[in-house]
Amino acid sequence: MAAQETSQSAIFRHAFGNVLSFTVLLLIGVMAFSIRLFSVIKYESVIHEFDPYFNYRVTQFLTKSGVYDFWNWFDDRTWYPLGRVIGGTVYPGLTLTAGTLWRILNSINIPLSVETVCVFTAPVFSAFASWATYLLTKEIKGAGAGLTAAALLAMVPSYISRSVAGSYDNEAVAIFALIFTFYLYIKTLNTGSLFYATLNAIAYFYMVCSWGGYTFIINLIPMHVLLCIVTGRYSPRLYIAYAPLVVLGTLLAALVPVVGFNAVMTSEHFASFLVFIIIHVVALVYYIKGILTPQMFKVAVTLVVSVGMVLCFAVLAVLIALVASSPTKGWSGRSLSLLDPTYASKYIPIIASVSEHQPPTWPSYFMDINVLAFLVPAGIIACFLPLSDASSFAVLYIVTSVYFSGVMVRLMLVLAPAACIMSGIALSEAFDVFTRSIKFHLVGTTQNPQENAGDATKVTQNDVKSEKSEDTVKERSSRKSKKKDKENIEKPSLVSRVEKRLLVLPLETSVMAVFLVVLLGAFYVVHCVWAAAEAYSAPSIVLTSRSHDGLHVFDDFREAYAWLSHNTEVDDKVASWWDYGYQTTAMANRTVIVDNNTWNNTHIATVGTALSSPEKAAWDIFNSLDVKYVLVVFGGLVGYPSDDINKFLWMVRIGGGVFPHIKEPDYLRDGQYRIDSQATPTMLNCLMYKLSYYRFVETDGRGYDKVRNTEIGKKHFKLNHFEEVFTTHHWMVRIYKLKSPRNRIRGKTKRSKSQKSGTSKRSTRKKNPWQ
Amino acid sequence: MKRLHSDLSLLFVLGFFTLFSNVCSDLVISKLDRQIDLSSQIVRFTTSLKVENNGAEAVSKVLLPYPESQAKNLAFLSVTITEGKGKTKTSSDRLYVDVSHPEGMPPSLTWYAVSLPKEVSKGGSLTLEVKAVFTHLLTPFPEKITQADAQLVAFQDSAHYLSPYAVKIQSLTVKLPEPKVESYTRLENTKFSGSEIKYGPYENIPPFSLPTIVVHFVSNKPFSVAQELVREIEISHWGNVQVTENYNLVHAGAELKGEFSRLDYQARPHVRGASALSSLVARLPARAHSIYYRDEIGNISTSNVYSDSAKTLLEIEPRYPMFGGWRTAFTIGYGLPLQDFLFKSEGKRFLDITFGCPMNDIVIENLIVKVVLPEGSNDISVVAPFSIKETRETKLSHLDIAGRPVIVLEKTNVVPEHNQNFQVYYRFSSFSLLREPLMLVFGFFLFFIACIAYVHADFTISKSSPSYIAKLQWDEVQTAIQQFQNIMNRVLVIHNKLEASLRDLSRTGDVQACKAARKTADAFLKELTKESKPLLSFLQSSPQALQITPKVDELVIKERELQEKLMLKHSMVVDSYEKKSGGRDIDNRVAAVQQKITLLRQEVDDLLEVIDEI
Repeated sequence: MAAQETSQSAIFRHAFGNVLSFTVLLLIGVMAFSIRLFSVIKYESVIHEFDPYFNYRVTQFLTKSGVYDFWNWFDDRTWYPLGRVIGGTVYPGLTLTAGTLWRILNSINIPLSVETVCVFTAPVFSAFASWATYLLTKEIKGAGAGLTAAALLAMVPSYISRSVAGSYDNEAVAIFALIFTFYLYIKTLNTGSLFYATLNAIAYFYMVCSWGGYTFIINLIPMHVLLCIVTGRYSPRLYIAYAPLVVLGTLLAALVPVVGFNAVMTSEHFASFLVFIIIHVVALVYYIKGILTPQMFKVAVTLVVSVGMVLCFAVLAVLIALVASSPTKGWSGRSLSLLDPTYASKYIPIIASVSEHQPPTWPSYFMDINVLAFLVPAGIIACFLPLSDASSFAVLYIVTSVYFSGVMVRLMLVLAPAACIMSGIALSEAFDVFTRSIKFHLVGTTQNPQENAGDATKVTQNDVKSEKSEDTVKERSSRKSKKKDKENIEKPSLVSRVEKRLLVLPLETSVMAVFLVVLLGAFYVVHCVWAAAEAYSAPSIVLTSRSHDGLHVFDDFREAYAWLSHNTEVDDKVASWWDYGYQTTAMANRTVIVDNNTWNNTHIATVGTALSSPEKAAWDIFNSLDVKYVLVVFGGLVGYPSDDINKFLWMVRIGGGVFPHIKEPDYLRDGQYRIDSQATPTMLNCLMYKLSYYRFVETDGRGYDKVRNTEIGKKHFKLNHFEEVFTTHHWMVRIYKLKSPRNRIRGKTKRSKSQKSGTSKRSTRKKNPWQ
Repeated sequence: MKRLHSDLSLLFVLGFFTLFSNVCSDLVISKLDRQIDLSSQIVRFTTSLKVENNGAEAVSKVLLPYPESQAKNLAFLSVTITEGKGKTKTSSDRLYVDVSHPEGMPPSLTWYAVSLPKEVSKGGSLTLEVKAVFTHLLTPFPEKITQADAQLVAFQDSAHYLSPYAVKIQSLTVKLPEPKVESYTRLENTKFSGSEIKYGPYENIPPFSLPTIVVHFVSNKPFSVAQELVREIEISHWGNVQVTENYNLVHAGAELKGEFSRLDYQARPHVRGASALSSLVARLPARAHSIYYRDEIGNISTSNVYSDSAKTLLEIEPRYPMFGGWRTAFTIGYGLPLQDFLFKSEGKRFLDITFGCPMNDIVIENLIVKVVLPEGSNDISVVAPFSIKETRETKLSHLDIAGRPVIVLEKTNVVPEHNQNFQVYYRFSSFSLLREPLMLVFGFFLFFIACIAYVHADFTISKSSPSYIAKLQWDEVQTAIQQFQNIMNRVLVIHNKLEASLRDLSRTGDVQACKAARKTADAFLKELTKESKPLLSFLQSSPQALQITPKVDELVIKERELQEKLMLKHSMVVDSYEKKSGGRDIDNRVAAVQQKITLLRQEVDDLLEVIDEI
């Protein structure tokens, strides 16, 4: 009777375990969601930064006009006068996801605004991502490691930085897609089920829709397949995991307009095709090995190898010729800069000018993944004990992502899940060892009585079980009851197994170690919460500063955008440096010349040239582009460091890259960039300087720039071709209007003609297309 | 200014008109006092007229004409009868005023007929006070100014009261916002003092006499005009009235021309930007909570709330100071406690809330008030103090099925005088309140039921497909293996017991007990071997178990070996005890066996683990 109770309690304990892990997962999801709400609580529910504003605008269009119009959307409000085909140049995953969410919510009469849905998409998907991490890690090292990894991922600062509420960017959903694709790959690899293989291809499709980082998947998985083959781990499961993914995945990827034929034409995808061929060859070899006798097989191998070598060389030669014939060797600039970290800074200033494309510094590793950086090696070791297909994948994932994160700060995001998985494994294994030791010691002291009791239960357990198994055989044994049985059996054999393991540590050591590991975890949690609350939740369009007399809010950007949107004509064109393009189109709804989608370098260079030219030349360039307003960001009054003057050298560089009459040394005094009285006359007369510092000297009488910490060089000057129409409260955004040209007077035209001839002489020398 | 001229000419024409038309009424205005308040963009005419009936018949209506230019901007008109003077002055309720079209009158005038509560008999008199509020009567002149200029506006009217009746004595006072006048029309008896211009008194003016006056003066008050204001009042019977107000604001004063310099504005805001609109004050009801102020791109941080027991003041600043011609749009919202605004009468509920906007000095060109009642309200009626265009809509919101009834009230040209309460009567049963929670409960209940059903149901499509049969067989094999494992485990436990009995022996030296343990163990083991036999044969016969069978067989062999060795050891130890050999001696003899036992034990454990993993 008592025995029956215990067996039942075992079932309950099992059920309790399931419910517990379910609850833990649910709580992890809630935590992942809520830790990202600091930005909403501390600031407001608003879209952050630059790219999210574009995504938000696209989503608005999608919800207003429907999917078909979205695919065909030609946006004439940006890249004026070229325009941009949004439907064909954007990764649609994020917008389609948020649009669908919005549609579903509205169809069940939950009237959330598109903005709200967009703001909360990222936190929701980070909850999904932590669940996907659980699944992936569970496939690699069991449920305990899964739960730990999920908890770690839910609050890893690197991921938080990209997915706080309001950070409505591709990465928000892409990380979920990435982890989920990996999970399905591992699941297929472990089960060999074609069902999961198909799901895997669909998940890969979603990833392709969401982010350009999908190339990471389509290179990592082939690498792993190759690794498995090389280490002699080829199995039919591997074939099922890989072959359908490549075929279906490539077909699906080609459906996404922005990828299209790139899925078979660019070198980023070639590795997968190569491995696809290799895996077929290997499969064939294994098949032939199965039907031939060993001797025959040896003969066949020598034959095939000799013929195959010749063929391979031929194919390789053709491939190399093909790749070499394309200008970038078939690689896109961003991918090239991945392989050669110095590529971008050498050749593409526009890529190099983005801070997130720079290599990270060591502190940023500690900031972004914190203690995980120390736990990862332990996790790698744990993955080798024993090495399985799945754990070898995890190792490969962490190794490659560490490399990529070393190239670009942005790719720290890819490292974070790998680091979480590894640390999850490490922590879980550590806890396993320590708690087992503790349990062993505790059990060891009271062994005898327990054994007796255990004996009685075991005998009766058997009865119960046999009854049960008979039942299940009769009907249909559901998977659940099977698991329960399994669990029950494991209990009695545990004692012997614990005795077997020699990994038992002394009680004091293990208690101490558990305490230290918990302390480490607590440190991580504290750091993550701090990072989420302080470091990563600022929306960057609203700035705050805390000083002795309270909180100051700098809401200048929106002030300027609101002014533009309400007080200028709908079709006016606004020129600014490309950083503010997305925000201007989204918030002010005005046509811009260039924006953050830096697809046309020449166009950006034109704006850069205009801003680094003297007033008259700049006016000509802007007028030829039909620009009516020029917007500059100026931080000198309040000390906002990322203003246009600080970015100005990039404008000069990018402009000079296309129009050689702009020369970087002209703006530097002895190689130093300065705006004080030592600055070069070119610098002091360029439009950017003038627009930034127009009448600045009158604020304090000497024109002290709080960012550069100097007095400005040229203090009193007038603008002849531009007029100030708006300046925000803290002077952070200044908007100027192009003055309309003066009426023609006979005498003046003559003079300007003579001037023109002069400039044309110069232009032949300087090759300025705008004169 | 062009419009001004055309109006003037019109007025002069009107003057001639009057010669033809013989005014039918016998009423005479014996004393008339007119005050025009120009201190803000909303022009308020306060006219008190003493009406005398000199005719034979009793009169029940008094006609008030307004020229077209004024009538189209007339926002509010109220007429009361006052009695007494000074402090004892009492005024009656508002009289009924209607548009009328009296015959023989010039058509370019709009006529309002005031219905008197009781007729004025022959020789009788009464004093009327007419309050008329106009919008857009002030024209900025010049139309465009720079940031440094003061805003000048022009106002024109007639010095005499436009009336179909003869007026005996009349006077006019024009009140200006500041004592700065650019120019004003000088007639006889004109006096300018302080910020007031006085015309009159004039005596015995015939009907329709209209000498035009124009006042051109400085008015630096911002002309904030809401081109559209949508107020949505949503009632939740859970205790909240949510008010959301969407403003579309424009500064309708003189437009800014040329540069806007922030520097000048910040250095001398009252000189450079005197007419700019920098802040607005909304006077919200007391106990307003959850106040927000935002626009379409997010929260606007420049706002303050001051509250006391009588009111809540919300001071808001637009994102940027608004100069003439500049526009902005924003939303304010707040929640109000339900019990302050919702009452019950005769089985019906009614909402009693103000109609206009909470900000003073705003002219609303088009006001739309939407009252969203809870789903399931019926028998809806609206009571308002003035005529409003009323339509109905439905709105689908959280957890709605049929939608919530929405009453849409529209009115143009709304001024602060319209801030009067209106009532919406409707019926709503308290049970409807529980509908949505019950719906949720039921929904979740169904979801869980569905989950339970899913877990327990068998969704296999074909029960005869090979894969299904294979799966069944595999399940059988697995259960068999589990049973086998179970048996193995119990065997191992018995082994442990034997070992324990040996330990006991070494401690107590009780050979008999040890032997007894041996006997029971033997019996158990035999039984278990018997038990495992059918399982083994089943496993060997099953095609699904092909992979596992070798391991199982190996395990059986190893186990048997282990068992034998153990028995050997046991009997050796027992023997030596019986022979009373020394402890060390026993150890030496047993050592070889013991080594083998631990080895075998290890192997058996490993095999068990391997099988377990399958």
